[in-house]
Amino acid sequence: MAMMGIGLVSAGLGWAADKTDHHQYWWAMLLICGFFFFGASIAALFFYALQYAAEVAWSSQLKRLFEALFSYVPYGLGVIFIVLLVGQFHGHHLYHWMDSNLYNEFLADGTPNPDYDSIIAGKRPFLSPWFFWLRFAVYAITFVWFAKYFRKWSLKEDEIGGTEIHFRMYRRGALFLVFFAVFSSTLAWDWLMSIDTHWYSTMYGWYIFSGMWVSAMILGTLLLIWLRKKGYYAHINESHIHDMGKWMFAISMLWSYLWFCQYMLIWYSDIPEEIMYFKTRYDHYMGAMWGIFFVNFAVPFYTLIARDAKRNTKFLWRVGIIILCSHFADLYLAVIPGTIHGHLMWGFGEGHHVSFTWWFEIGMFIGFLGLFIRVVLTALSKARLVPAKHPFLDESINHHI
Amino acid sequence: MANNKVFHVMYDDDHTLLEAAKQLVSQGVHVKDVFSPFPVHGLDPIIGVKRTRLAITSFMYATTGTLLAIFGTWYFMIHDWPMNIGGKPSFSWIENAPAFVPVMFEFSVFCGAHGMAITYLLRNGTLPGMPASNPDPRTTDDKFVMEIVTEDNHGFSVSELEEKIRGTQVYELSIKDC
Repeated sequence: MAMMGIGLVSAGLGWAADKTDHHQYWWAMLLICGFFFFGASIAALFFYALQYAAEVAWSSQLKRLFEALFSYVPYGLGVIFIVLLVGQFHGHHLYHWMDSNLYNEFLADGTPNPDYDSIIAGKRPFLSPWFFWLRFAVYAITFVWFAKYFRKWSLKEDEIGGTEIHFRMYRRGALFLVFFAVFSSTLAWDWLMSIDTHWYSTMYGWYIFSGMWVSAMILGTLLLIWLRKKGYYAHINESHIHDMGKWMFAISMLWSYLWFCQYMLIWYSDIPEEIMYFKTRYDHYMGAMWGIFFVNFAVPFYTLIARDAKRNTKFLWRVGIIILCSHFADLYLAVIPGTIHGHLMWGFGEGHHVSFTWWFEIGMFIGFLGLFIRVVLTALSKARLVPAKHPFLDESINHHI
Repeated sequence: MANNKVFHVMYDDDHTLLEAAKQLVSQGVHVKDVFSPFPVHGLDPIIGVKRTRLAITSFMYATTGTLLAIFGTWYFMIHDWPMNIGGKPSFSWIENAPAFVPVMFEFSVFCGAHGMAITYLLRNGTLPGMPASNPDPRTTDDKFVMEIVTEDNHGFSVSELEEKIRGTQVYELSIKDC
């Protein structure tokens, strides 16, 4: 609650102090926080479905933990919905393409439209409001439906037992992966890549998705370590911790690989319309860009490569927090340069120089973290922590690697 | 030493082998080695085999590979014969570094994998052409042999040791001088 309080206060003060046009910076920050935690929770849902589709046994004790993480999905969608809705009614201009004036080559009196943008006009079919909102509705309905479905049958399994529910979840898990394979990319195009409307990258969806996934794995690991410290999860042994550490390590490498592939191909071919994304980051955020890449790649690589490191909960806790913050910064860097056209500087400034105020960003992050933790722990407390009749439970309890 | 004996205890199932190893070790018997056609999960900690350092050597080989690749790309592409590919600045390694990362990555994997494989074969004495050191050819098929030597087990006489070994589900037992 205190964390949510900090979030509310800093959001309020940030709104007052934000001198940008239409409080642009404030909205951008809301989008970043909204998307970061939504991403982590939807990736938890993805991981949960993956465990069923791949018939994984070791993680069956942890399924309530992932259920709790994805219980945040509707809230995350709600925040993004608010940001998009206000954008659609021109309350802010995070999404340049939402300006309907860009699409008409000629004005009503037949003279050329000075605001006409042929590149954005070419993307009209994809970015037209009805199709954009239709996609939002499809994502929201699909995600929420699957989240509720998994949760409902998972709780029923506790009462009924048997394998029928398990195989039902197995089939639904595989089905969710089919939807998620497409939606994870398209939602990243819709909500993040379209900020830099003139630019596109085919790697972008995967890059954002891997960031979401690694955030989910870190949050899951941190929550698990915390719960074990509180005395829960008596049957979770070092091998489970080791496996969670492996996921953190592996998905960090996946993220680094995708980040670098996107960067290197654009750098190498050096085509003007492609380099714009990195050009703005080079010009204004060079240190931040390479710093984030370094922390997200080198820190997990060198600290988590050893077997003992992945089994040491104190060590995992510290590394996890560092990478989690760095992935938040990565999302920040994906959104801010396209929405704030100019330098970021310390302290709320005026005019072109938009500010970076540490208390506002950190306060918003803490506020959303507080909301996230509250939603997750509420969901966690509503059911048995360890499922009672999961068919793989025995194998998970005796997990040894 | 004529009174040193070696016991080759054969089992026909990995599960009985594990149970036997647990039983013998709990009675204070020191198991020297086990020959098996596949890695038996959970055996190492029972008979007290130290954790392999192969992973550490792999990391060192891979790091060597990275450094070699950095040196190589610098020498070939920057120092000895600077090449201009796609208008990239050709007199600075660091400004060309992204193009060299795939080479560095591949060469690290190459060195790590080959170094690790060769070290493994050398340490096990299983390079092609090396004489086989397993006591019975059936350990490459479906049998498991546990090697126990009296030298490691001074606390027991030969007959005591044999009695303890017979207490497990032995498939075949041979006792030789060594």
